[in-house]
Amino acid sequence: MSYQERRALASLISTLLFSTVYFGYVLQRYPAGDPYSPDVFRFWGLSILVYIPVSIIANIVIHIVVSMAHTMATKEQEHPFADERDRLIELRATQNAIYVFTVGFLLAMGSLAVNLPPSVKFIVLIVSGIMTGIVGALSELYFYRKGF
Amino acid sequence: MGKWVIRNSLRKLRFNHDEMTQQQLAEKVGVTRQTIVAIEKGHYSPSLELAFRIARAFNVPLEEVFFVEDNGS
Repeated sequence: MSYQERRALASLISTLLFSTVYFGYVLQRYPAGDPYSPDVFRFWGLSILVYIPVSIIANIVIHIVVSMAHTMATKEQEHPFADERDRLIELRATQNAIYVFTVGFLLAMGSLAVNLPPSVKFIVLIVSGIMTGIVGALSELYFYRKGF
Repeated sequence: MGKWVIRNSLRKLRFNHDEMTQQQLAEKVGVTRQTIVAIEKGHYSPSLELAFRIARAFNVPLEEVFFVEDNGS
């Protein structure tokens, strides 16, 4: 398995693990009572605001760990850098991820349009955000495996 | 227009250049070894610029490295 494939796999696993742990913890603190109260909006706003930077930091840490583990395991002196093929694969993977997020965004707006509680909108947005990461990593893995 | 398949003679050219390794070629043209592997297997068609860089690395014209074959129909 190449460095790029390992990196995509690590990204996939870290997205799955981190999101599960984070939202598993955060959802236990969901404020009880009126689903339309300002506390609920504050809860979702804070949850998402904290999730974004923390997940970025977690991803960076995972990439550093994978890079170090790869160098130690393969003893390769090759510098892991991105060439034209890597950039093309990243572009295609990002494109797929954006499609997923667009669908999630439309579903979230649809949930508001049919008068579902605001929590549904936030849950759909969060799930589509996580799915975006998963689809992006899976696409990268697929393109590297299948060839591109 | 019939279907084309872009093939290459990278393996043969590497062999003819003192069994040049994929890593050596990758370093010469400024890409990763995985990209050379993908090109050699026909899984990736490089950009025009990279194709020229590869041809220059072997000191041969472009059409000696990459060529088109009819896929039949």
